[in-house]
Amino acid sequence: MAYARKDRGLLEPRPITARVGVIENADGSAFFKIGRTAAYAAVYGPRDLYPRALQNPRRAVLRTHYNMMPFSSVGERVRQGPKRRSIEISLVTEKALLPVLELEAYPNTAIDVFIELLQADAGSRAAGICAASMALAHAGIEMKDLVAAIAVGKVGGELVVDLEYEEEAFEGEVADIPIAMIPSTGEISLLQMDGPISKQELLKAISLAKPVLERIVKIQREALKDYYKSV
Amino acid sequence: MFINKESLLKMLDKGLRLDGRGLLQFRNLEFELGVIDTAEGSARVKLGNTEVFAGVKLSIEQPFPDTPDEGILMVEANLIPLSNARFELGPPSVEAIEVSRVIDRAIREGKAIDLKKLVITPGEKVWSVSIDIVPINYDGNLIDVGCLAAMLALKNTVFPSVDENGKIDYKHKTNKTLPLREWPVIITLHKVGKHLLLDVNEHEERLSDCRLSVAVMKDNRLCALQKGGDKPLTMRDIDEMLNIAIDKSEELRKKLEVYS
Amino acid sequence: MESNHIVTPGELVESNAANILPGKGVYKKDGKIFAKVLGIPRKAGRVVSITPLRGKYLPKKGDLVIGRVVDITLNGWRVDINSPYSSLLPLKEFPAMVRRGDDLSKYLSIDDYIASIVANVSSQNIVDLTMKDAKCKKLDQGLVFRINPLKVSRVIGTGGSMISLIKQKTNCKIILGANGVVWIQGLPEQQLKAMQAVKLVERLAHVQGLTDKIKSFLES
Repeated sequence: MAYARKDRGLLEPRPITARVGVIENADGSAFFKIGRTAAYAAVYGPRDLYPRALQNPRRAVLRTHYNMMPFSSVGERVRQGPKRRSIEISLVTEKALLPVLELEAYPNTAIDVFIELLQADAGSRAAGICAASMALAHAGIEMKDLVAAIAVGKVGGELVVDLEYEEEAFEGEVADIPIAMIPSTGEISLLQMDGPISKQELLKAISLAKPVLERIVKIQREALKDYYKSV
Repeated sequence: MFINKESLLKMLDKGLRLDGRGLLQFRNLEFELGVIDTAEGSARVKLGNTEVFAGVKLSIEQPFPDTPDEGILMVEANLIPLSNARFELGPPSVEAIEVSRVIDRAIREGKAIDLKKLVITPGEKVWSVSIDIVPINYDGNLIDVGCLAAMLALKNTVFPSVDENGKIDYKHKTNKTLPLREWPVIITLHKVGKHLLLDVNEHEERLSDCRLSVAVMKDNRLCALQKGGDKPLTMRDIDEMLNIAIDKSEELRKKLEVYS
Repeated sequence: MESNHIVTPGELVESNAANILPGKGVYKKDGKIFAKVLGIPRKAGRVVSITPLRGKYLPKKGDLVIGRVVDITLNGWRVDINSPYSSLLPLKEFPAMVRRGDDLSKYLSIDDYIASIVANVSSQNIVDLTMKDAKCKKLDQGLVFRINPLKVSRVIGTGGSMISLIKQKTNCKIILGANGVVWIQGLPEQQLKAMQAVKLVERLAHVQGLTDKIKSFLES
């Protein structure tokens, strides 16, 4: 029997909520929740960068930091401090955001992006990227577009959108493919995969992400506008 | 927000604070329980602009050799740079360690949890209770807000199920709650000039001469103290601060009546 | 403010940009104009631009700004002006005669607030300040707080009407920095009232009949 989900279609993402302006101290901030995965993002900057040797006279230096709160994982407590996983996710998140940012507008400064996962049930880097791009826009930073992200993949022989933890741990072959897209150009700024898949299926899976990412970016834009509606 | 000490004192002389509050008045309090699905217990507390999550994780560990018949309690405050431009990445700061230890002492010495009831096999296996406190927006008074969030998260905690091999199945929670028997409340009072201030924001905290954190139990006995700040306190200050702390702990308990 | 007037980065602002020039906050691509900042689109003649809703203060020559002394160097004082760029007040731009070798903290020390004017912004965003102007001074008393720099003009009001109203009703001295830093000095209660009024204007900047609302707040 073909693989099926109990509560949603294979190409259906989990319910999404998004808000901005959730952290008073930050220059920009956002909350993005998809299913049980929830991420906060705060932007501090552009701000002065010390020591001066770190400054770039042509553009702002973007510094992205991803972390999981200690209680954010089902199972054991997440120990704090630098870990290989968080360092890699911070790196790919930064690369996912870079192409849209007009960093040349803020030479010699730093823009700091902090992403904290309140709870994680798969898709945490994608949720972090969605929150971070909203927080950057909320901070008033010049950018060509927002960035939306989601995981697609293959579970039980079927192509699926927005894997949850149960599916990542599915017995048998699973391919998990986080993707970030710049909606106005259709370009991909994050692409990772683990698990086996054929080239044709991979391309098909990526194409399935597109309509979902367009839906997500609509939700992101609404959240940015709603903040000013409620004031 | 900035005011120099002289101007702040002039305002305090008139009984005024920058946000229009009285000197011994709390900021607006909001709280919510069970807000983090991945934790065994959780709470969100917002006092003014200080907003904090507390989450409890349970695990099975070997007890410490000096307490073979007691479960383990751990409290950690995480001052993440997301919550304030002043906080930095890296190992816990001195400030974070002090906050963690004062809240730990209130909960441990107040015997909030009956640690003896957390023993599975004496000397071999006990439940370990880890409480993490994470502000998402820091605007002062973290000791009081953090302790409140920690206690609400403990109230909300249920044990996960354990399989026949003694391994925890985190996905299936039971309806068994923690053996709680006391509810310590911490009230921190700051001395600024000759004035005493309750529930300070970050700016007032910076201009404070010194502070006293008082952990008060249900019957108004005290279970932990921490004097902080650069200047000393007189005996009269201490007497007055203890009286206020006891009064204010009752006021705070009333706001939480639903859960006590 | 109607939220449907707001555009977010990447959103289409003009679908036919043949006769349109891109101004601030927008970019042109494939004959169309898109937003690159969160804000409200404006059209002035052939130029389309976006008024941003939020963002850091970017220093402009001639702006009156309020800053905090953060460091003392051999050449003068380093000042935080609530912008991404720290700025310098050189010795020779201090209104009093400063002798070579003097202890500079006698004049201005760390954490002092000053009202100053942006004298120069280099292409690398190095900012020089001056205090050689009647509007400039050291701000000893009173309180200092921040508002959104993009709302400063609303607090000033048409021809300075709003700020005059607040000053007059509270008997306070008020300086509004273009960088969103505000200084208020008066009696304790009045000081607080003036601060609340300024924050109210900031929050309700888009509301109609704001002057009357502020007036009744100040008289309450």
